[in-house]
Amino acid sequence: MTALIPHLFRTEYRKIVSVLCKLFGIEYIEIAEDIVSDTFLLASELWGLKGLPENPTAWLYTVAKNKTRDYLRRHSLFAQTISKEIKSHSDISEEIEIDLSSKNINDSQLAMIFVVCHPCNPAEARIGLALNLLCGFGVDEIAHAFLTNKTVIYKRLQRAKEKLRTEKIEIEQPTLSEIEERLSTVLMVLYLLFNEGYYSSNQDVTLRKDICLEAMRLTCLLIENEQTNKPFVNALFSLMCFQSSRFDARHNPQGETILYQDQDTSLWNQDLIAKGEYFMDQASEGDKFSKYHLEAGIAYWHTIKTDTIEKWENILQLYNQLLLIEYSPIAALNRTYALSRANGKPEAIVEAEKIQLPDNHLYHSLLGELYTDIDNTKAISHFEKALELAKSTANKSLIAGKILECRRKHITCP
Amino acid sequence: MKDFLLVYRTDLNTLPKGASPEQMQASAKRWMDWIGGIAAQNKLTHRGNRLVPSGKVVKADNVITDGPYTEIKECIVGYSIVHAASIEEATELTKGCPVLAAGGNVEVREINAL
Repeated sequence: MTALIPHLFRTEYRKIVSVLCKLFGIEYIEIAEDIVSDTFLLASELWGLKGLPENPTAWLYTVAKNKTRDYLRRHSLFAQTISKEIKSHSDISEEIEIDLSSKNINDSQLAMIFVVCHPCNPAEARIGLALNLLCGFGVDEIAHAFLTNKTVIYKRLQRAKEKLRTEKIEIEQPTLSEIEERLSTVLMVLYLLFNEGYYSSNQDVTLRKDICLEAMRLTCLLIENEQTNKPFVNALFSLMCFQSSRFDARHNPQGETILYQDQDTSLWNQDLIAKGEYFMDQASEGDKFSKYHLEAGIAYWHTIKTDTIEKWENILQLYNQLLLIEYSPIAALNRTYALSRANGKPEAIVEAEKIQLPDNHLYHSLLGELYTDIDNTKAISHFEKALELAKSTANKSLIAGKILECRRKHITCP
Repeated sequence: MKDFLLVYRTDLNTLPKGASPEQMQASAKRWMDWIGGIAAQNKLTHRGNRLVPSGKVVKADNVITDGPYTEIKECIVGYSIVHAASIEEATELTKGCPVLAAGGNVEVREINAL
């Protein structure tokens, strides 16, 4: 039972909160959260004493419904305010239907995705809100994921919820004409959420994987809905499938990173790779392509371990196109690495010297990598600079290993 | 940071006629690798466009002629917009532009925004 409540909290809290929020309006988000928290509190008390009910989820739904009706009965004024919107009649508390059917849960969650990802909040706050309201993560877990303290997260979430209230964001699916624009802000949040799990320096691999899976679940929700099932949503999902196929190969049991070239390919998840290919196919409908298409393409080539000219030439051209759409330091660095594999190290060194990201440890790691075997003295000095700039211990030990390797080469072949 | 227009010019008569798909692909790669290098420095404002060779020239008194392109040595074949701190820096970016290897040139002009 001790394991069941946190699990149910994770999966059911967000569903009931979404349904109640949609019923009440975003102004009353706190009331919705309080009702659901009370429900779980009661569950942990009663289940501990009397044992588990036959169907714990149904029990939670019934109690949440009753608590909502009680609340509406006791606060008739509030009930009248919200009843205007739902056009109920005399005995409001009895009339209001609290619909916890799986269809309404999905509809409500879909509508909540658009609220949570509303651009009125900064990106960081949107990711926090998504974890909290859409994924059912508690403040503790979010603080742990962001490697910060609870107070920071608590304040961030409060501010973000307040902003949604004052902006009076409607909980509804956007109209067809708005969908393309609103969807792109939603996708950005889901993309960042996934990356938060995938690239975080957090050692808690289980938590990181959970975040990735949640980002995938939400993206899937968009694909299952006809109106939001757009090519760029499929492209993002395809990217997520390709990336997460390597999840179990990227870490050793101690949670330390295993670099791509050192990974055991038998641990790559072939089902996810096949899924990625399927959704990439779906994404190719229509004539528009997005950065997610390009990134999915890059991720696809990484699912093929064998190095060929074709592989690196394709990766290089995809990075070239990605940079034409949107610059990012990481894309610039990866593009230069691909250039070294496709066109050779000397050309890549010239290009790397031009991109000038002297404060980025990855920049010096890249230069170290490129100079290895060409000018090992320079390689060592770049790796040393990278070591100085790197923050996480995992990164530091990887770089230290590279320095040792270079020193060995330097002795035998200066 | 200022924006600069890069104008690519070349002699159309020197361009190989009926290039093979492989040659066209190799040419596309040279351009993408070069412009991708500018984008990787975060100095690309707009990738720009190619221009089709045929055109019209309108002069005073409604005199319209077909483009002068076949007669002149330097025909505009495309443009891009980059940003840089100075004209020297913008000029530096043109190094390695594929049009140079094909015997053409790049004109660098600061954009004086309206």
